[in-house]
Amino acid sequence: MARKVTGAKTAIWTAAAWLVGFIIFFPILWMMLTSFKTELDAFSTPPSFLFFHWTTENYATVQERSDYTLHAMNSIITAGGSTLIAMAIAIPAAWAMAFAPTKRTKDILLWMLSTKMMPAVGVLVPIYLIYRDFGLLDTRIGLIVVLCLGNLPIVIWMLFTYFKEIPKDILEAARMDGATITKELLFVLTPMALPGIASTLLLNVILAWNEAFWTLNLSTSAAAPLTTFIASYSSPEGLFWAKLSAASTLAIAPILILGWFSQKQLVRGLTFGAVK
Amino acid sequence: MGSITLENVRKSFGSADIIQGASLEIEDGSFVVFVGPSGCGKTTLLRLIAGLEDVTSGQIRIDGADVTDVPPAKRGLSMVFQSYALYPHMSVRGNIAFGLKMAGMPKGEIDRKVEGAASILNLTPYLERKPRDLSGGQRQRVAIGRAIVREPKAFLFDEPLSNLDAALRVQMRQEVTRLQKQLATTAVYVTHDQVEAMTMADRIVVLNAGRIEQYGSPLELYEHPANLFVAGFIGSPKMNLIGREVAGQFGAATIGVRPEHITVARDGEGWEGTVGVAEHLGSDTFIYVDVPQVGTLTARTVGELGIRVGERVRLRPDQRRIHRFDTEGRALAA
Amino acid sequence: MATQQTRTLGRVLIAPAVALLFVWMIVPLAMTIYFSLQYKNLLNPGEESFAGLDNFTYFLTDPAFITALINTLVLVGSVLLITIVLGTFVALLMNMPIYGRNIVRLMVIAPFFVMPTVSALVWKNLLMHPVSGLFAWLMSSVGLEPIDWFTNYPMLAVILIVAWQWLPFASLILLTALQSLDEEQKEAAEMDGAGAVSKFIYLTLPHLARPITVVILIETIFLLTVFAEIFVTTGGGPGLQTTNLAFLIYQAALLQFDVGSASAGGLVAVVIANILAFFLVRIVGRNLEA
Repeated sequence: MARKVTGAKTAIWTAAAWLVGFIIFFPILWMMLTSFKTELDAFSTPPSFLFFHWTTENYATVQERSDYTLHAMNSIITAGGSTLIAMAIAIPAAWAMAFAPTKRTKDILLWMLSTKMMPAVGVLVPIYLIYRDFGLLDTRIGLIVVLCLGNLPIVIWMLFTYFKEIPKDILEAARMDGATITKELLFVLTPMALPGIASTLLLNVILAWNEAFWTLNLSTSAAAPLTTFIASYSSPEGLFWAKLSAASTLAIAPILILGWFSQKQLVRGLTFGAVK
Repeated sequence: MGSITLENVRKSFGSADIIQGASLEIEDGSFVVFVGPSGCGKTTLLRLIAGLEDVTSGQIRIDGADVTDVPPAKRGLSMVFQSYALYPHMSVRGNIAFGLKMAGMPKGEIDRKVEGAASILNLTPYLERKPRDLSGGQRQRVAIGRAIVREPKAFLFDEPLSNLDAALRVQMRQEVTRLQKQLATTAVYVTHDQVEAMTMADRIVVLNAGRIEQYGSPLELYEHPANLFVAGFIGSPKMNLIGREVAGQFGAATIGVRPEHITVARDGEGWEGTVGVAEHLGSDTFIYVDVPQVGTLTARTVGELGIRVGERVRLRPDQRRIHRFDTEGRALAA
Repeated sequence: MATQQTRTLGRVLIAPAVALLFVWMIVPLAMTIYFSLQYKNLLNPGEESFAGLDNFTYFLTDPAFITALINTLVLVGSVLLITIVLGTFVALLMNMPIYGRNIVRLMVIAPFFVMPTVSALVWKNLLMHPVSGLFAWLMSSVGLEPIDWFTNYPMLAVILIVAWQWLPFASLILLTALQSLDEEQKEAAEMDGAGAVSKFIYLTLPHLARPITVVILIETIFLLTVFAEIFVTTGGGPGLQTTNLAFLIYQAALLQFDVGSASAGGLVAVVIANILAFFLVRIVGRNLEA
């Protein structure tokens, strides 16, 4: 890569790249700016970019409406809970497939992948009816179950691709060193797999947090996570833009930060290891 | 103590027979090398001894005790892997100590043993480093340290030197040999490099397509190869193998002459041919001669003869060092 | 390549995941198939009866189905085209020697982490609003008539929103692929006298063929069932203009409570997705060998 690049060219490319990046990011930036405006400023034409009356009252308002906290809690509990359960099921399975593969391992992996391809809308009716009959509609448990199962294939796949990169030799070395299976898992595999486990966890929280088909269809109020809560802003037209922006900013900020941390792992996670 | 006995050990994966019935007696304290081309089953055989693979049939005994169904952790062997397989998240100390820790040894004793092993291997200054901060040769030493510290019944080496550069490989070769003699612990060593095999082994096992072709001392293998495969595999450059009428004159289906047992002259007796290629190594010259009716023969001459490509020369094999083989490729008695 | 002991353990450990996914897949699918063969409406409980293939006939011959199918294809096709063309462009740009690549990367990837309901509402209200949206102001400041996106070009509006959400995905995958392009190959091409354009056509594009296929397949699977963006912006309208297959099925099921025909529609969606999944699984499977 030791190629000489002229300064002028670099400057042009840099400017172009920053411009493109800025345009792509702009809607989010605009939303964040709007969240600090008064409702009047938010609605004004021509729009004010920076020189408006900065206020945090929208955040206060959003915060005061006690249901915001409730929905944020719902998001945290459903995204976090579904992820933890999925990890608990997926880690042993991925370990088995990576380190004790059988002739059918590949088929099982591909079959798991294919369950993810089933369009949710295809099973909307039965899931809705089962949930209705078992009283799971608009419950956190119900959402956790559906989010957990929906993301399980991705979790297993991601963990599998990470585990597979751990050299088998090292686990065998531990076995030769007299470690039992439990000790091998605890002292050798887990510390080595930790980065992979962490990024799988992160990506899965993001996916669950942003899931907006099941959450919209299976929750209405008590268990509604932020996706559903934000959707409720679509009905009263206009005039709540600043508050909508503030609520939206709060809803995406944590995940945006988590996402930025996990972006390097995103590609392989979402392409099932087909692109690294 | 550490004698290892294999009795008719077989291993198949599905319908493929990787090891087709191997029987072997490895004496306590000896250095035995498994050598053969890639895919011959030498690594599989080692892993069977280690317990990392199940045997399909047959029996493995260590010090007379049947260990065929004993898990690797309980066999009392230690192994040095081709990739070294160091635990990346542990320090050198942690790596060497891991096996002792698993055995539940008290901490003071672990420290003493780890430091002892480290000083033998010149690793003392690196004890607190992580494997990624070490050079290839140092990693290799850690892997060896991890193996010796447990005082196993036997060491298993799986092509341990193949990731080192040529100079370091020669050095480590000598060190491993010296260490093994010093500890007097049985060693089983897998390599595809016949030079390694010849220089390190007390006894060599030549494997081919899952079968043991010959088991003997390096010199036995060199002087009395049991069959064509061993004859061609041991020795560098390769033994010249000649078939057809020429072999018939010697009462064999094939005869073999090593390049170093052929005298090259400009005239006189012997096979006449044209020099195709001459490789000048300084100390030796390898010349490749096209002999009509016989084929291309390699001859090794000491020093420089001033022979040029295209020149006609005479090749005279040392009559006492001609190896004869029957139609099945087996060696005929001299 | 392991011992019997580890293989047995492996089977035990994999069992819960396989069992759960199997139930998760089979039970609802079986129910959907069953419902699709029944006359069943939640508004008339107790009046179920066997319908044969009537639901399929009804759903497939409904003019709304054809419209929804076309809308689905238009939506999927346009978003794919936009994200791949722009994504290639963005990826190439980010692969240049530029300052602050990591920050640009953060800005480009950001939309992917925004929940669909938020991005839809932000675009609808803050950007595309015909009176006080930012686009309206931009248009009028250059002397043009502001566009009333959701009245006049509802489908285009939805396409833009969804494309914005998926552009990061395409860009990031293509960038990752670009970065794995062997530097020596590029140098060899330069030694062979290839210019920037030839290098792109003969080296870069073939190298991107596989990641582009992966992007197409994965995006298609998600785009076939775009739901939240339509749900919070247009509600499928005006008329049926932005109703896609997913939204049509949702309407049949949860607005008209016609379980039978919604199930038939769901199966149609499953079949379409499975055809695509077949190809994706093959691509990923081939990768598994390596």
